[in-house]
Order: sequence, then C-alpha cells, then structure tokens
Amino acid sequence: MGKLSWSAIPFDQPIPMAASLLITVGVFAVLGLVTWKGWWPYLWREWLTSVDHKRIGVMYVLLALVLLLRGFIDAIMMRSQLAIAAGGAQGYLPPEHYDQIFSAHGTIMIFFMAMPFLVGLMNFVVPLQLGVRDVAFPVLNAISFWLTASGALLVNVSLVVGEFARTGWLAYPPLSELQFSPGVGVDYYLWSLEISGIGTLLAGINMVTTILKLRAPGMTYMRMPVFCWTSLCSSMLIVAAFPVLTATFGMLLLDRYAGMHFFTNDGGGNFMMYINLIWIWGHPEVYILALPAFGIFSEVIATFAGKQLFGYRSMVLATLAICVLSFMVWLHHFFTMGAGADVNAVFGIMSMIIAIPTGVKLFNWLFTLYQGRIRFEVPVLWAIGFMVTFAIGGMTGVLQAVPPADFVLHNSLFLVAHFHNVIIGAVLFGAMAGYYYWFPKAFGFTLDRRLGVVSFWCWLVGFYLAFMPLYALGLLGMTRRMQHYADVTWQPYLIVAEVGAVVILCGIAATIAQLVVSIRTREQRRDATGDPWNGRTLEWSTTSPPPSYNFAVLPQVDSLDAFWVMKQRGPVAPPEHYQSIEVPRNSPNGFVTAFFAVVTGFALIWHIWWMAILGLACAVLTLLVFGWMERHEDEVSGEQLADAERARLRAASP
Amino acid sequence: MSAHMGTAELPGLGTTMARGGEGPAPVRIVVGYGFWIFLLSDIIMFSALFASYAVLSGQTAGGPSGRELFELRHVGIETLCLLFSSYTCGLGLLAIGRRQLRGFYLAFAITFVLGATFLGLEISEFVGMVTRGAGPSRSAFLSAFFSLVGLHGAHVTAGLLWLSFMVAQTAARGPRDFVRRRLLCFSLFWHALDIIWVALLTLVYLMGAR
Repeated sequence: MGKLSWSAIPFDQPIPMAASLLITVGVFAVLGLVTWKGWWPYLWREWLTSVDHKRIGVMYVLLALVLLLRGFIDAIMMRSQLAIAAGGAQGYLPPEHYDQIFSAHGTIMIFFMAMPFLVGLMNFVVPLQLGVRDVAFPVLNAISFWLTASGALLVNVSLVVGEFARTGWLAYPPLSELQFSPGVGVDYYLWSLEISGIGTLLAGINMVTTILKLRAPGMTYMRMPVFCWTSLCSSMLIVAAFPVLTATFGMLLLDRYAGMHFFTNDGGGNFMMYINLIWIWGHPEVYILALPAFGIFSEVIATFAGKQLFGYRSMVLATLAICVLSFMVWLHHFFTMGAGADVNAVFGIMSMIIAIPTGVKLFNWLFTLYQGRIRFEVPVLWAIGFMVTFAIGGMTGVLQAVPPADFVLHNSLFLVAHFHNVIIGAVLFGAMAGYYYWFPKAFGFTLDRRLGVVSFWCWLVGFYLAFMPLYALGLLGMTRRMQHYADVTWQPYLIVAEVGAVVILCGIAATIAQLVVSIRTREQRRDATGDPWNGRTLEWSTTSPPPSYNFAVLPQVDSLDAFWVMKQRGPVAPPEHYQSIEVPRNSPNGFVTAFFAVVTGFALIWHIWWMAILGLACAVLTLLVFGWMERHEDEVSGEQLADAERARLRAASP
Repeated sequence: MSAHMGTAELPGLGTTMARGGEGPAPVRIVVGYGFWIFLLSDIIMFSALFASYAVLSGQTAGGPSGRELFELRHVGIETLCLLFSSYTCGLGLLAIGRRQLRGFYLAFAITFVLGATFLGLEISEFVGMVTRGAGPSRSAFLSAFFSLVGLHGAHVTAGLLWLSFMVAQTAARGPRDFVRRRLLCFSLFWHALDIIWVALLTLVYLMGAR
C-alpha cells in the first residue's frame, strides 16, 4: 500500500481527529439518509449523470457553498488562535497544524470556493443569456465539474488520512521540495489541484466556444449581456493561464517524484522560476475570479436601477483591457526578490494602469444608479457594499504597486488585508449577489429577503471588523503566517479581527437559515412569471426553472437588453407549429472518469503504484468506451413543446 | 481546414458568422473551433516548459551538456518521420473526405508506423542517455530536457492511441459525421505536434548542439 498505513490517521492529535470524525460522520449521515430515503435512483438520473448546463451550474454552486464552510472553519480557527497566542502564550494550535490550516484555507477558498461558485454561475446563466439550449460540449461540461469535485474531495480526504501542505496556498519551493516537505501534504495539494485544474481548463474551453459560436439569432457581440462578456474574458484567461499552472505543478511533481532539479537548491535548479511561473498563472487568476463578479454587478445594477447599463461599450472595452493587462503585472507579487529597479518600475506602472479600466467600470456602475429608480433588493445591497469595499481594496492595491512601498508592506498583514479586501469585496459579494439574483431562475421560487439582508449586513460589518485591523497590524510590522507573536500590543487588534470573524459567521448562518426557510415556505414564494425582478436579459424570458431545452423557439435578438425590448413591444402571438428539439441524453461519463481520477490521485499521493496505474488505465478506458458509443439525443416533439409553451404563457399572464 | 471541409454544406457561413448574427453555428464548426482552443491551451502548456528549458539549459551542474549528448543525425531521422507522418495524415483525411476507405486505411497505417518509429527513436535516445549517466535527475538542464521532449513524446503516444481508436471506429461505424469530426480533430492534433516539434528541434537540438 505504498506509504499508507494506520499511522496516517491522526489518532494522537485531538483537533484534527475531532474534525475528521465530524466530517466522516457527516458524510456517512448524508449517504445514509440518501440510501434510507431511496433517493439514489433520482440523484443518479437527475443530477450525477446530468449533462444539462443548469444542473451542472447548480452543483458547482452547491460545491462552493459546502467548501465555503470548510474554508471558513479554517479561517475562524486561525483568527481565534491569533486572538489568544500573544506574548508567551502558544494558543491551542501547534505550528505544524496552524501551517496546514492557513495553507488549506487559501487553497480551498480560491480553488474550491471562489472558482466553482463563479464557474457555476457562468454555467447556469451564460447559455440562458445567449438564448441557446446548452453549452458547446455538454458531456465535457459534466467531466469538468466532476474533476473539480474530485480535487475538492482529495483536499478534504487529507484532513482524515495523512496531512495537508504546510507551505502556504502557492507551495513555494524550495520549502515544498521533498527535502524540506517529505510528507504527503504537498502531494495532496499538487494532485488535487492538477486534477481540478484540468477540470477548470476544460470548462474554460467549453465556455469560450459556447460564447463565440453559440448565440441566439441576431445576438452580435455588441448585443451580448455584460455578464457574457466578462465570462468570455474570464474563460479566455482560464484557457491562457491554467496550462501554465498545470505545467508548473507538473515540474514540482517531477522534482518530488522523479528526483529532478527544476526548483531545487542543488543540481542547477532555480526556485525563482517557480515563483515567476506560478504568478504568471496567479495574477490572471485574480481577474478570472473578479471579471465574472463585475459582470454580475453590471446585470444586478442595470436590472434594479431599471436602466440600461451606462457606457456599455466602455464596459466591454474595460473588460477586454483588464483581460490583456492581467498578463503583464505578475512580477508585482515579488518586487522584493531582486529583479532590479528597472523591471520593478515597469511592473509597478503596469499594475497602476490596471486601475484605470477598473475605475471606468466603477464610474459606469455609479452612473447607472444615478437617477435610476433603484429597488433595494438584496443583490443591490451586495453591489453597493462591493463598490465601497472594492474602492478601498483597490486603493491599497495601488499603494502596493509602488515598489518602494511594497518593500515595506511585502508579506505583512497589510497585504493579507488587501487581497481579502478585493477578493471578499468583489468576488464573494458578487457571488452572493448572483446567488440571490438567479436563485429564483434555478428553482422557481425566491429566497427570503429578510434573512438575505441580515446576511449582507453581517458579512459587510464582519468584513470591516475582521480586516481593517489587519491593515494597521501590517503597518505595525506584523508579518503573515505567524502562529504566535511576542508583541502584546498587537493583541487588541487581533481580538477585534476575531470578533469580525464571528460576525461573518452570523452572516453565513443567516445564509444557511435563508436557504432552509425559503425551501420550507417555497409554495408562498413561487414565481410563475419566470421574471421576478423585471429583468432585461434573455434568461428571464423563459420559465423558472427553465425546461431542459431552455427555449422552445430560439429568441430573435435585435438589440441590447433583448428581453426588456421584447417586453416594451408587448406580447407576440405564439407560433402555430413548433419544431422538435434534440436535447443531449444523460451520461455517467463525467462521474465515472472523476471516480477513477480520485483513485489515481489518492494512489499517487501515497505512492501506491499498482493502484495508480489501474486507476489511470480505468480512466482512459472509460473515455474510450464512452467515445466508442455513439451519442444519442432525446427528442422533444413539437406537440410537447406547444403544450409546455401554452402552460408557460398561461402561468405568466397575470 | 482541408478541402473536403468546403462550405458546400454550409453556404455563406464564413462571412456571416464573423458578425455573429446568424444563430448557433453547426456542430462541425463548434467541435473544430473548440478543439482549436484546446490546442492553443496545450501549446501554452508547452510554452511554460520551453521557458523553463531556456532558463535551465545552461545549468548542467558539472554533468554533460547538450553538445556532448545530442546526435543531430538521429534527430534528423526523427524529424523526417514526424513531418512525413503529418503529410500522410493529411492524405488520409482527404481520402475519407472522398469516402475512399482503402486509401484512408493505408494513409493512417503509414502515419502510425512513422509515428511509432519516431517514438522508438526517441525512446532509444532517452535510454542511451540514461545508461550514460545522463538521466533526468543528473542536472537541471537534463530535467528540463527530458520533461520537454518527454511531454512531446507523451503527446505522440496519446496520438498513436487515438489514431488506432479512430481507425477502429471508422471500420466499425463507417465515415459518419461524428467520426469525420473526430478525424478532423485528430488531424489538427497531429499537425500541432509537428509545430511543437519544429520549435523543439530548433531550440533544444539545433541551438543546443552548437
């Protein structure tokens, strides 16, 4: 069994053991419940084998919400450790455990919370906004999702079996080399991100192809909703950046498994090369996350201000500018590492230039709100909270783009505060706005507004309490990734930050309560119209939830805000005959391939070579077998479509 | 795209799709386009390894350098095999476009043999280097060399597997639409491996053997 033995399970450490027990019991409780209720056939048929972009989108978001909990538990553990570990106190987390927690927190929040959340929303929304029936490659879409889920699973297995990396969320060598990290932690990190990274890359390819080649008749580029534009740019960045991540991790894996010398101290290796390569992926990654969030805010603000988005063309141009510029700033992540003044100056200026298109966007949103009839629904609250918070985060970013200032701020808590300020302020707020905004489209009923407001205020206040003290601490000289500290004057700030984390916890609790309450009272909150917010784009023109084929007849688009214009023109008579539609049939391809990917990844982490070869062979065989079978499609007949459309129009008319 | 992909079935597609007003593109366009994007991403992955090779190519750590290890005659034969296999692959695609199955099988059989010869030569080169004590863990230069050239070799291996699969599928299913779409993707893949090899030949072997 390779390196695997009973000692891999942390029986002697109470906190990891309790956490693993909790997770194991939780997982088996859920599996038991599903078995007991006899839900497996339903789950298998409707979800696990689904190739419908809407179902896959929902599963992505669900994965993100679960992993948000895991990542947040890590966060609040760190905050409570630092609230008490002042002076001589050591807190309750030993250093080797604390190091795993901050590494897991960053890894999970970026790769398995933020990414699936936004990719999920893109998956759900983009084909509907484009007025088409699915993404370009539905089965590939399922494979992408299940590979992402496989990575998430492997990261969480590390909690129970073995350990996670202690090397930070980007696993810089030489620390992450075998010489200094001989355990399986870094291998868990690398294999789970290699597997999920392939999933993300395939999702990006799928999305680019969908947006560029599948759009409703008449939907030219300049008639696409802004969210489609930002999804396109984000997906192009995925296609251009994720292969670099795959290659970089591949080289580190070769160092660790085959004794090579890419990043080692000896044999001529060069660890700075890793740091360059990882940030050539890493900085575009920031925009892969931020751009779709900007798109969500654009949709939300236009809808709830009741106006066309101000400066649509400049918004598109700004998005494209950010897309290109994001590849030219990576070095600002390591100004201190000796590239020299000239290089630092170039990258500093480039970093500041990115603030210009971002500023354009902010003003466009403000001008859209200006003189609009704003309805203060929950997504608008998130949007306004975002604009204020992101402006602050952006400005602290520009500060750090000045190389001399960065020499002072590098690796301090100021930096930690900055990137949480932009990632929470933009990405998480955007994802939460999108979640509330599109939930009724996905399930046919709205979410509870009151608890949504509570959740928003808790997150907003909690965020400021948790991270503003970190700016101060950074300027006071506190560096990141410290398990305890000698200077007791820092402690009050860290206690405030801990209080902030507790307030955020209340926000998360409110989000969960909101979901539970809304499901229980769903009959009162049904939306029969399919258009609960008086929306502007095509996703609101079909039923909620949309049928598997999305649109009985592909909409004809002749302007921006296509659905808004259709509503202004008044109802059109339904066609006399409907053409039958072919919808792709479900396929277990994604689920089965991902299962073998997990087996292979686990075997490689533990050096169980026979199992790795078997798992890989089975994964390849799965693809070959499914490739051999001809894909069949299910037909929805014209009569079925006519019936469904009549029912829809009857329900939608007041 | 080769001649049989002409626009006879899809009149006027090239001009109107550019503006994007004509509604969803047909499946063959979508599949080919998506595969192009995949190839671009694959080339970006190679570019990361090319960059690493460029950085590490002088880092021999006292071990042998490219000048001592590379045999250009050997590499020349490899190159001829691979480039000629792309030619036969193209011939195979033309044959299937004209529904000439026998010509297709012949062309793809030659493609397979040439690809396998390339791979065999590459493996013999690798084995020779390892037995001379110049394995991938000897120095950073050799790590980068084996990874870059090996990644290309892994692609060729995957291509040979895919080629065999496609020949079997064509035999079983005939030149149906979905089979021809896949053959088109395969041919794009095989040609992309040529482009990468030409860059590799230049950067690694020709510049390294000087």
